Amino acid sequence: MNKNKIWGRPYYKSLTRNIMLTVIVVSFTPMILVSLVILYQFKTSYHEKVNAHLEELVLKHKQNIDIFLQDKTSDIKILSRSYGMDQLSNDSFLAERLSILQQEYKDVFVDMGVLNEQGLQVAYAGPFKLKNANYHEAAWFKKAIKNEVSVSDLFLGLRGLPHFIISARQKKGDQYWILRATIDFLSFNDLVENIRIGETGFAFIINRKNEFQTKPRVDISSEKELYKSLLVKKPEKFNGVQITIEQVGRKTKSVYGDEYLYVSSFLKNNDWLLVYRQNTSDAFSTIRRSMSLALVILIFGGSGIIAMTYLLSRRMVGFIAKSDTEKQLMNQRMVETSKLASIGELASGVAHEINNPVAIMVEEAGWIQDLLEEEEFSNSENLDEFERALNQIKAQGHRCKKITRKLLSFARKTQSNNHEININDLIREIIEHFKKRIKGSNVTMETDIKDPLPIIHGSNTELQQIFLNLINNGVDALGKTDGIVKISAMDVDGQILIKISDTGAGISPVNLDRIFDPFFTTKPVGKGTGLGLFICYGIIKKMGGKIDVDSVMDIGTTFSIYLPVNDKKNEKNL
Amino acid sequence: MNNKPMKILFVDDEVAFLETLIKRLKKRGMDVSGTNSGEAAITILEANLVDLVVLDVCMPGMDGIEVLKKIKGKWPAIEVIMLTGHACLEAAGEGMETGAFDYLLKPIDIDDLLFKLEDAYDKIQISKGKIKTDEGGLNLNIKKTVKLG
Repeated sequence: MNKNKIWGRPYYKSLTRNIMLTVIVVSFTPMILVSLVILYQFKTSYHEKVNAHLEELVLKHKQNIDIFLQDKTSDIKILSRSYGMDQLSNDSFLAERLSILQQEYKDVFVDMGVLNEQGLQVAYAGPFKLKNANYHEAAWFKKAIKNEVSVSDLFLGLRGLPHFIISARQKKGDQYWILRATIDFLSFNDLVENIRIGETGFAFIINRKNEFQTKPRVDISSEKELYKSLLVKKPEKFNGVQITIEQVGRKTKSVYGDEYLYVSSFLKNNDWLLVYRQNTSDAFSTIRRSMSLALVILIFGGSGIIAMTYLLSRRMVGFIAKSDTEKQLMNQRMVETSKLASIGELASGVAHEINNPVAIMVEEAGWIQDLLEEEEFSNSENLDEFERALNQIKAQGHRCKKITRKLLSFARKTQSNNHEININDLIREIIEHFKKRIKGSNVTMETDIKDPLPIIHGSNTELQQIFLNLINNGVDALGKTDGIVKISAMDVDGQILIKISDTGAGISPVNLDRIFDPFFTTKPVGKGTGLGLFICYGIIKKMGGKIDVDSVMDIGTTFSIYLPVNDKKNEKNL
Repeated sequence: MNNKPMKILFVDDEVAFLETLIKRLKKRGMDVSGTNSGEAAITILEANLVDLVVLDVCMPGMDGIEVLKKIKGKWPAIEVIMLTGHACLEAAGEGMETGAFDYLLKPIDIDDLLFKLEDAYDKIQISKGKIKTDEGGLNLNIKKTVKLG
């Protein structure tokens, strides 16, 4: 069976495509939906988790810093209360206090000083020579003199180094005095800088004026504008911690690395803002990894599904095509024997009944012809026309005779069916005959003959007639296309099976029901009587054999003839 | 054409066919008579001398084969040519085996018929030993080809 021909048909192509599309859509839709839903859920919960974690982290550090500052502030406050201005104004006493604090806090305190209400530093202990320095105009002093305790912003001050000051205000008489201590910037900076997560996460502190209070790990001064928005937020509104995601630099969100997560919290009585900054892609790297993994699985799984769908649908359609073909073959095998038998009888009856009237007509025409030969008619001007018409009647009468003879041969019992016939010799003879005919044409003739085959009994001329008819039909079926007519012979279960197949256009199912009917022909008028297969059927049936036909459109037609090897019944029919 | 009078009897149930055929043969100067049934034919044969019988195979009543058998039984010298439609070809075959000279298929060509009649007549002459060699009867190509196909 020519598979390509079947695949080439648009019906099976579109069937394959539809099956593929359906399977792909049905399998992909839920897969993609589930993936999206799960990813979304995962993303949301992971974001929540990360946010909560960062929130906690920032909150913890905020508390740490607050506690640090509170501790130091309380230390100074306690110191100022415990000793009073007079005692602390003693430089050596002050230096002793400083040294105790420094031992306790490992160089957190850089120096200490006592200032009077006018901002004059009356006593100083520390590495710088700042005794009698006047801080009257300094911003920190203005703030410090107004509050019982205060922590200044970071500034360079007289020493030219970044630092900040914590101070405690006390009253002596009606005059305020201040004990101040400088906190080492670096040790404070460490507190903040230790907040590190991932590759890009770090923290820093800004004050209300949007000035860095710690040194960020990377230069982010360009982002300063952004922090204003963070400072604007009222602390009450976000439960101490606020989380925002902002883009830096480029506007497009699609470029990873430009989007940052900011977690911020106010501290030091809302003076300072602790900001934790991390690249979102870093913060949510797990999600990105999961997404990439999911994408890879989706791509591989998807290709797998597509490949399998393609293979399976092709195989399925293959089965369908095969079963269609088989079904077609099965439908077409049904030769209605009973119908043919009655048609045959009808045909022979008609032929017989027609024959006698035709014989009489021909005879009468002959009689007229005889009469015309007499002298009285010899001068008639229409004599030639009479002759022509009478000859025509005779010719048509003989045509009728031929047709009725063929028709009647269907039911006729022959007296020559006890000849011993070597079917292979017969086939070879016929093929020789045809080889001359198809020489130079597009038809190839193939034979597949089992030798020797048993002798069968029958009429040589009748069998010849069958093969001539069928091979002729095969050659005609090929028409002008290239093709093969194949004759095979073998013995099967005490019968000889002869197959005559062609690779021609095939017989349409409608016609297939009728091919054995008398006078059925697809050939043009005058080219065929439509009696060939009818007679073949009659002869084979008479021999006790069977004829079948399989035909598939565009693939070809096969006639199978079964002839009994030793059928004694035939001899009785003599 | 043989000049010697040859008596021929046509037996056919189709009277129209029979009459026309007899007219045509008589016109050719032949001694022809006809009847439309087997029984009548036997009666005629018993009363008259006939050389040749042309016998339709398919007839109601006594059919051609029966008539043939009777003729061959009673008058073996009489030659019989069978005349038949296609449906009775098997019977024609059987007739040949029973001893008919030849058979013809309807509708017949008048020339074929004349040819066969002449052949049969020659055979009669030979079997009677009356034939003269100078008449060339033996040179006649006696065809006994069985035309079945």
